[in-house]
Amino acid sequence: MDLNALGACLTTSACVVTQTTSGLIVGMLLFLVAAGVTLIFGVLKIVNFAHGTFYMLGGYVAYTALGVTGSYALAVLAGAVSMAVFGVVFERALISRVYSSNVLMQLLICYAVVLIFDDLVKIIWGPEFHAMGMPPTFQVPPLFIAGGVVPPFYAVLIGIAALIAVVLGLGLSMTRLGKTVRAAAINAQMVSALGVDTTLLFAIVFAVGGGLAGLAGALAAPVRSLSPGMGFSVLIESFIVTVIGGMGSIAGALVSALLIGLVRGFGTIGFPQFTDGLIYIVMIAILLLRPQGLFGRRL
Amino acid sequence: MSAVITRRIVLAAGTASLLAAPWVARAQANTLRIGMQSILSGPIALLGTSSRNALMMEQDRINAAGGFLGRQIEIVYRDSKGQPQEAARIARELVNSSGCELLIDAEASSASFAVQEVVRNLGIPCIHTNSETSSLTADPKIRAPTAFRVARQGVHDAVAGSIYLSEYASAKKLNKWATCSPDYAYGRDTTAQYLQFFKQFKPDLEVITEAWPKLGQPDFTEVITKLIQAKPQALFTLLYAGDLSAFVNQGNIYALFSQMAVATPNVDYPVLAAIKNLPAGIQSATRYLETFPNTPANKEWGQAYFKKWNERPTNWSWQNTVAMQFYEQAIKKVDALDGKSLADALTGMKISTPFGVDGTITMRDDHTTIGYAIGWGQTIPKEPFIVDVKAADWGKIIELETEWKKQQKYI
Repeated sequence: MDLNALGACLTTSACVVTQTTSGLIVGMLLFLVAAGVTLIFGVLKIVNFAHGTFYMLGGYVAYTALGVTGSYALAVLAGAVSMAVFGVVFERALISRVYSSNVLMQLLICYAVVLIFDDLVKIIWGPEFHAMGMPPTFQVPPLFIAGGVVPPFYAVLIGIAALIAVVLGLGLSMTRLGKTVRAAAINAQMVSALGVDTTLLFAIVFAVGGGLAGLAGALAAPVRSLSPGMGFSVLIESFIVTVIGGMGSIAGALVSALLIGLVRGFGTIGFPQFTDGLIYIVMIAILLLRPQGLFGRRL
Repeated sequence: MSAVITRRIVLAAGTASLLAAPWVARAQANTLRIGMQSILSGPIALLGTSSRNALMMEQDRINAAGGFLGRQIEIVYRDSKGQPQEAARIARELVNSSGCELLIDAEASSASFAVQEVVRNLGIPCIHTNSETSSLTADPKIRAPTAFRVARQGVHDAVAGSIYLSEYASAKKLNKWATCSPDYAYGRDTTAQYLQFFKQFKPDLEVITEAWPKLGQPDFTEVITKLIQAKPQALFTLLYAGDLSAFVNQGNIYALFSQMAVATPNVDYPVLAAIKNLPAGIQSATRYLETFPNTPANKEWGQAYFKKWNERPTNWSWQNTVAMQFYEQAIKKVDALDGKSLADALTGMKISTPFGVDGTITMRDDHTTIGYAIGWGQTIPKEPFIVDVKAADWGKIIELETEWKKQQKYI
């Protein structure tokens, strides 16, 4: 524990800017993954334990697409779209068959998918790590704002994630589809009785969730090495985000992802040996005060 | 082709199989199985795979020369993912269920200590090929009678690196350093050893911040920003494989390498090749270099590896190759495979090999190798990636290692 360093950091603009940027990028990427987890849980009441696999596959697809097209933008698009399609296939082929089953059955199927796709990734891309490398556009010196360091690539990533958060929020609250999704989250049977095709609706929700995870994997690929099993660590953190934010709440996922990101960003200065522990302490503290999470409904 | 399979044909085939079965079984029994487990998936898998590749080359070479004791060898591979409990389970399984008579423990230090206890219990011959944590063989309490090690050792690297880096730091006036190493036995122990010797050679050295990311951590952003905040003049890191690649890629976008000098002993050919924008001027040890030692034998082996696998070998590749060379010489010497006989043969054995600084490597009485090539130079963003290599002085390494062992009460 180094509270002096943390105090010094909080009173220095350079440190605040750098660590805030660092926290935001970690938080925003987490949000993209957690938004899918929370959306799927909110509407379908499925704890998608395979969500980290979508993130991993999104990164690998983007890596391959970059090799084929040479365009990072197309690679990101390929990562997101392919995982949206994969989400639909996953939901139709597997998850739709266990909607009424025990939650353990759902977890078992999801875990099987994790293991199968970890092995498939080894077969297709090999067991070793791959590095995508930074797109040439972003191979530029970082920006220095108030003495703090802000990489342009991270600024763009934060911007994209923030834009998606806004679109997702507005889409759910303003559009007909969004309102139907929210209604289905409360009572899917009633929505079905009113003539809405819930089969299609559930597939769309999985497509959006999968697409967001794939997008996160593709966006992160230039700076994180790609390896089989990489989805697991992001899955754990995205579940923490989902639980803190309140299961099923997109706004909650955004706020808690940013909170976790900032705790990581500043925790590494003040509690360098205890950053992971700090996140769990934050989670425990919040759940003690609000067992339903920050934006969750009381069960 | 249409063929009619009659009852008679089936019976004849069955009878032939039964008659042939003892011969097949005898042929299988005659094969000498050597168990090897390593990290064959995840960010470190590049090194585990390079270990397996080197062993496969050795298997081909040894079998072409008649095998061990007239028996063809077969290396049985398992992926432990670097997890101690899994590595220990696999080591037992390789011996008890798969019939392996020798072990190559190609684990990182995260798992090699667990395997060491299995080897102590089973009494089987084992050579650790990749674990660099010094205490594995330096500490007499941990050392096992039939377990040996063909791998760089942290304390050897620490002496060699500290001499080189203290000269570099003095020349560049770099007093304020940061460290960033993986948070497990190898990272902790070896960083401590580097700092101990570094301070011995450069007393005004000050470590102003330390970072301990987890092995296989996907995101180093917090670590990098922490290092930038501390404003050290130089950074020492023991990150390796995919972790080092991710760290460099993420550090590049923070211009980390223009804000501080960087030194690392852990750059391997494939890692260097995987880093898309390798910064020039990183002070680096030679894990494996085709040009160091600059001998025809070393170059020939490096090129043979590249020809077979279409990628460059790593530090772990040469270490596994030398392990098989030690087994080969020891088995020839005692004409036996049991742990006691091989341990007696291996202790003090010196072999000719391309990876020795003078063309030889010795297995010392404390079950660890000395005389392997250690050099330091600096990176350039194209092959051979490390240039201006200075060879370490093994006399100095052994002298300071002995002092260190006394301090640890190992001798």
